[in-house]
Amino acid sequence: MKFLDTGTIELLVNGEKRSALVRPSDLLLDVLRDQLGLTGAKPSCKNGDCGACTVLVDGWPVKSCLMLAVEAIGHEIITIEGLQNAPLQQAFVDEFAFQCGYCTSGFIINCHALARIHPKADEAVIREWLQSNLCRCTGYEEISKAIHSVLSTHKS
Amino acid sequence: METLHAIGKDIPKKESWNKVTGAARYNTDFNEPGVLHAWLVTSLYGHALIKSIDKTLTLKFPGVLAVVTGDSMPRLIGPILEDRPPLAIDRVRYFGEPIAIVVADSLSKAKEAAGKVYVEYEPLPVVDSLKDALEKKYILHEDLPLYRRIKPDEIFPQPGTNIANQIKIRKGDMDRGWAESDVIIESTITLPQSLHAAMEPRNARAEIKPDGKVIINTSSQGPFDVKKELSYYFNLEESKITVNVPLVGGGFGGKTTPQLEILALLASQSVNGRPVKLIESREQDFTTSPGHLGLEAYIKLGANRDGMLKAIEITCQVDTGAYTDSGTKMTRAMAADCTGPYNIENVHCDAFCIYTNHTYVTAFRSFGRLSHTFAIERAMDKLAFSLGIDSLELRIKNAVNPGHFTPTNVKLNSSNLGNLPECLKRLKQMINWDEGIRIELANGKVRAKGLSGLWKTSSSPPNATGAAIITFNRDGTVNLNVGAVEIGMGIKTALAQILAEKLQMDINKINVVMEVNTETSPRHWKTVASMTGYMVGNAVLDAAEDVIKQLCKTASVVLRCPPEVLQVGGEKVFLKADPTIFVEQRAIACGYKYPDGSSTGGEVIGRGNFIMHHLLPMDPDTGRGKLGPAWAVGAQAVEVELDTKDYTYKILKAATVLDAGKVLNPKNAKGVTMGGMCMGLGYGCREASLFDSGGVRMNPQFRTYHLMRYGENPEYLVDFIETPQLDSPYGMRGIGEHGIIGMPAALANALSAAAQVNLDFTPLTPEAIWKAKRGVSL
Repeated sequence: MKFLDTGTIELLVNGEKRSALVRPSDLLLDVLRDQLGLTGAKPSCKNGDCGACTVLVDGWPVKSCLMLAVEAIGHEIITIEGLQNAPLQQAFVDEFAFQCGYCTSGFIINCHALARIHPKADEAVIREWLQSNLCRCTGYEEISKAIHSVLSTHKS
Repeated sequence: METLHAIGKDIPKKESWNKVTGAARYNTDFNEPGVLHAWLVTSLYGHALIKSIDKTLTLKFPGVLAVVTGDSMPRLIGPILEDRPPLAIDRVRYFGEPIAIVVADSLSKAKEAAGKVYVEYEPLPVVDSLKDALEKKYILHEDLPLYRRIKPDEIFPQPGTNIANQIKIRKGDMDRGWAESDVIIESTITLPQSLHAAMEPRNARAEIKPDGKVIINTSSQGPFDVKKELSYYFNLEESKITVNVPLVGGGFGGKTTPQLEILALLASQSVNGRPVKLIESREQDFTTSPGHLGLEAYIKLGANRDGMLKAIEITCQVDTGAYTDSGTKMTRAMAADCTGPYNIENVHCDAFCIYTNHTYVTAFRSFGRLSHTFAIERAMDKLAFSLGIDSLELRIKNAVNPGHFTPTNVKLNSSNLGNLPECLKRLKQMINWDEGIRIELANGKVRAKGLSGLWKTSSSPPNATGAAIITFNRDGTVNLNVGAVEIGMGIKTALAQILAEKLQMDINKINVVMEVNTETSPRHWKTVASMTGYMVGNAVLDAAEDVIKQLCKTASVVLRCPPEVLQVGGEKVFLKADPTIFVEQRAIACGYKYPDGSSTGGEVIGRGNFIMHHLLPMDPDTGRGKLGPAWAVGAQAVEVELDTKDYTYKILKAATVLDAGKVLNPKNAKGVTMGGMCMGLGYGCREASLFDSGGVRMNPQFRTYHLMRYGENPEYLVDFIETPQLDSPYGMRGIGEHGIIGMPAALANALSAAAQVNLDFTPLTPEAIWKAKRGVSL
């Protein structure tokens, strides 16, 4: 059957050209994790409900369980491994904005995109963006402090 | 020497930078070529006979190596009562119960082939509620009297019924208690089953080496328990089993009793020991693996005119689902703390653990107290109303205090209890209680407050242990190796703080082994019950003493003085009387080399251990006994704004005051407490496992099982008081679970006040409040 065939694709991930052997139905999340060794994006619901697998596609946060690997061809993908000393990472450490850490990659990626796209985001925008991610350990206050600390940096 | 303090400091978790860069590894993050994948075939029925399982098509499917069914392990398992087949045999008792494991060379093939296993069912009547169960609509375990009781002193099944266990508390004289009561209220509450919903779905990997050695990699809170249970179920020597646990992506109790480890090992056995990964989908994690218990409770509570509690009668009915697992133990735990944190001399409690065709249950943050506290605290509010006494004053008046006895007759003192009245008084200020608990606003809105007391001890085996090993690097830095698992509460960092304080060292020079390996890490019972800081922390102190002794011994040779006059601190060993005379820690930790090149001393290796003491099993007739070493007490409140037109509401504020004994890491303690509060509010307002009348789960996804999301959380107010627990490291008490305990109760009390109707259930949805207000049954 044709659809089970595999083929090699090239993906631009964290500024590097990487090739992967994929089936058309393979999720971007699974290809990043299983083939490229980028396990920072986490599977949790694989249904678009929790945001633990969030990556940046051309600068926008995308749940990598809702995107096929073949759809990512020609787009610039940034995973949590592609962030180096981003302000959000320091803010998450400073504010204790994680406990088990499993949702953290997705939250940081989403916050990072928010801070770049809406550096002066108001509460309603922050809320709308961050409601796409779930955290079961914290009560969200620390995550709120982390994103606010970075947004206010942008403001000043 | 200047004193260094690591205790009481906001020290970020040791693994922080790994967690914010994606470098932190969880159990499913280890890629290996050639590993096989397993997928579960699970029950589509709540209760049915399995007439046949046809694997023909599956076995023909390309890439499939094996299909494992219940006949591969024809025995029952369970931590307290052996009542559960690891894979269903001839019958399923809950929706999602594992029936078969398909093993293939890729996950997609295993998954697709699993859809080709044809299971023929014959549906049976479904015990869909505790009422069904008690009316014996169907006896779910006909062989109950034959089941092996692993802990005979705590499990008392009732043959011919659906009652797996009954725990009794009999204290004082009920007749006298009722005679002394001027006011008696009765209260019944109903709480549904719910889910742990850790962000990392449960998973395990198993492999059997050619020499027979079993390697298990798992996301577990109890690696040593996994080893013990596998050894027992598979008849293997413990030396033949190694369990590895890296960072765990949330546990909340749900990753404690082995389940998938057993299935992964069966899968590996079926393919000659090749490594097999078994990772649950979110839906399987929600339906196949165990959840959190449901509870119906009846309370009769009496007090005199002054509001002094005189008698309490409690019946708890725990919905343990299809199998008992830890359900019976949680039933016992809630009975042991059954009065809530209030002193009542006459107590009659019957707690039943009852089978239904719901998902089986396991430990959940608070080990049953969350549910039981709801029952007590609703009753307290009703009593306050009947007496016309302020509900906070009623709680202060009856708060359990040193000198009182618990329902199981443990004498309380300041060390093993803490200070509840002080928590309540602090809470009162914090939430501005005196402005009134119900304030009508414009536009038909009402602002109201509700509160809850709480207490909890552990339910550890009387011989539970913790241990620690300390080694040195040649530069004088330290490695700490413990069997406690990092599930997110920051336990590894807390233990490093305890060690840093004791050795008077910079915490950055203490490395903590993050992973647990049962071959090389010293044993710890399990990372549960908020007990790890106490148990392993004490072991760390013991190991540090051992290190200090060894360092001083070598230093005494170098410095030519008796070891007693020496002290360790600042990575030096120095003369107490004159710190300018010293030797560097790094010069002696791995042996001391004299200037002429000859050496003495040797490598310093610290060992420390801890074992529970003075715990006693509960007496079957009266409940007398002691389950845990100490309690932690606290008080919580919630403030809501209710729209009286449509009963929608906002949770404005949630407040907690805990007696933490000593706060080791304030920012972390506050964070863990807020996390518990958020989880408790989620359970109070929306979380519930929903089953249809056939026992089929209606909401097995995050899209339909709603957790609290960003911005839905209230403003948190958290504070701690510190009444030291004398036998605990630096006086700390375990508080990891406690943030959740009183939240649903406080929410229900606030909403009951706001809507002026008794709300004795969760989830407290606007529709449910509306129905209660109109007297419509749910």
